[in-house]
Amino acid sequence: MDNSSPAELTMVEAVNLAMAYEMRHDENVVVLGEDVGTNGGVFRATDGLKKEFGLRRVMDTPLAESLIAGVSVGMASQGLRPIAEIQFLGFIFAAMEHIICHAARMRNRTRGRITCPMVLRAPFGGGIHAPEHHSESTEAIFAHTAGLRVVVPSSPVRAYGLLLAAIRDPDPVIFLEPKRIYRISKQAIEDNGEALPMDVCFTLREGTDITLISWGAMILETLQAANKLAESGINAEVIDVATISPLDIDTLLSSVKKTGRCVIIHEAARTCGVGADISAQISERALLSLQAPIKRVTGYDTIMPYFRNEHYYMPSTEDIVSAAMDTLNYE
Amino acid sequence: MNNDDRNPEHIAQFDIHYYRYLDDEGVLKKQLPQRLDSDETLIELYRNMVLVRLLDKKCIALQRTGKMGTYPSTLGQEAIGVGIGYAMQKSDVLAPYYRDMATQLIRGVKIKDILLCWGGDERGNSSEQSPQDLSSCVPIATQVTHGAGIASAIKLRNEKRAVVSTLGDGATSRGDFAESVNLAGAWQLPLVVLINNNQWAISVPRSVQTAAQTLAQKGIAGEVRCEQVDGCDVLAVYDAVKRALESAYEGKGPTLIEAITYRLCDHTTADDATRYSPPEGLKKGWEKEPIKRYRNFLHQRKLWDEEKEADLYTQCEKQINEAVQEYLDTDAQPPETMFDYLYEELPHSLNEQREQLIAKTRGGA
Repeated sequence: MDNSSPAELTMVEAVNLAMAYEMRHDENVVVLGEDVGTNGGVFRATDGLKKEFGLRRVMDTPLAESLIAGVSVGMASQGLRPIAEIQFLGFIFAAMEHIICHAARMRNRTRGRITCPMVLRAPFGGGIHAPEHHSESTEAIFAHTAGLRVVVPSSPVRAYGLLLAAIRDPDPVIFLEPKRIYRISKQAIEDNGEALPMDVCFTLREGTDITLISWGAMILETLQAANKLAESGINAEVIDVATISPLDIDTLLSSVKKTGRCVIIHEAARTCGVGADISAQISERALLSLQAPIKRVTGYDTIMPYFRNEHYYMPSTEDIVSAAMDTLNYE
Repeated sequence: MNNDDRNPEHIAQFDIHYYRYLDDEGVLKKQLPQRLDSDETLIELYRNMVLVRLLDKKCIALQRTGKMGTYPSTLGQEAIGVGIGYAMQKSDVLAPYYRDMATQLIRGVKIKDILLCWGGDERGNSSEQSPQDLSSCVPIATQVTHGAGIASAIKLRNEKRAVVSTLGDGATSRGDFAESVNLAGAWQLPLVVLINNNQWAISVPRSVQTAAQTLAQKGIAGEVRCEQVDGCDVLAVYDAVKRALESAYEGKGPTLIEAITYRLCDHTTADDATRYSPPEGLKKGWEKEPIKRYRNFLHQRKLWDEEKEADLYTQCEKQINEAVQEYLDTDAQPPETMFDYLYEELPHSLNEQREQLIAKTRGGA
């Protein structure tokens, strides 16, 4: 193996790499879920793990999401660090009782006697022409629940570093993987086990005229929009929130105080989306810095259409440019 | 006889067996369980059942006088908790539902902590006496899934210990119960699941809950050893749980035990069972109740008399009253502790809310 130059990997390969790294270095890390064993997961995120670590540590579970989450809670209470895969975020609802009523509360309920260091990974978001229930973005539900961390990577490098951080975290992490960009691009990743920090935003592009805030797959369109705006001489700052909860509001506030203008972009429905809270917090804390109302570019408050029309639901680069221009032209 | 004119092949056949040692009068109907032949232990079982019953009465009194919150009584269920508690080893793990005060007490949880828990204070769940045991689980049947997860960890590490998880009869209708029992069979987990079939899920009787002849048979589908015991016979409960645990230690997988009891009380202090529970059922339940019959058993063995009975009541009441006083003397936690156990470290974004709460409650700005 050539260790001199780091491998170019897709996001889903980076997810795999992070799990394998941590399983090699911490025998308490185990993987469980539907089809995660021999099949390596329906997206191949766990490919090869069973072969390397055996079926004691890479467990194909019965087809029962509540079971997967509840068993993970029990394992975590014993000091294991389970990484559970929920095959698609749309199937997580059967597991919600364990996530909200137990994983998020175990530490609080027992005043720290029992903790829940577990990661629930789930691919999410639209754009891959999947059947119903395979395309929604419901991250806000988890962000509304105290005791959880909600983390969304937007590149292979951040997937690797943030997943390592999530596995090592002493508390439960909902790790949402934007599957539309699982294989859209590659990045060089050095498999050195270095985690990236959670609870902080990543400023992907510095700018002075407007702040574009997003996360997950929409970072792609947001960066494209920033490039388009640059063609008109507009210098946009792009921030990847990355940890949806707890939110690093300070980074967002400093950016908005600098630019005076802000557009929040997410694929999820608008009402009570995470963008609503970011907008409220900016209004509460930086109103006098704002030169224009905050704009949101989001999915509609509808049910995600079946895939022939899903592209109408999802924000486009043009939508973002247009919202940014409205904000910039506001008088 | 099979009258099916399709002339099927025989594939599988199942039986459920029922076990008891004491009849309703407390007459021993077979030899004592081998593991339970010391007079001292036989007496300890009784002392603990009495302690639980008196504590239960005190808890209801505390709730009725505004000194405690809603509380689920254990009246008539004492044999289950005491039987489980004595069968378990310290290194085993308990994943209890909310009517398991008796088991918790024997596992070492202090009375004060039990009172704190039902008195609205999370510190009641922080007992270091049984550090790995889960606290009373309120969402129905979910503790069985946690029990399966704990058992998975034990199996993964090749440890010689096991998990006991309890639930009520209504909880057997939930997916979490079925999913967990199925997994326990599939993975041969060191898990003992004990159903306290007290015939009522709040107001819904056992007959409305399921058409199944027994709840024990719900383990058959997952190829889990299952049996029914008299849940008002502490000897039968002890023996069934002990055997199940020993099987689990030996790598022989899970057991499902249905313990038959009768809820002699309201569901909780917020319930009024006279709205749905017929008096004749209650009367029959009292005829089988666990403490009276066990006292008869001890009398027959010449292990008990009126003087010992009077002494026991005095001791229990003293112990309970001291714990109640300790509970009542415990100051509430500072309000900002609601932030302090959410995460290992409080996220920066929550500091401001915490400070606001402190300012508000300390009369600050």
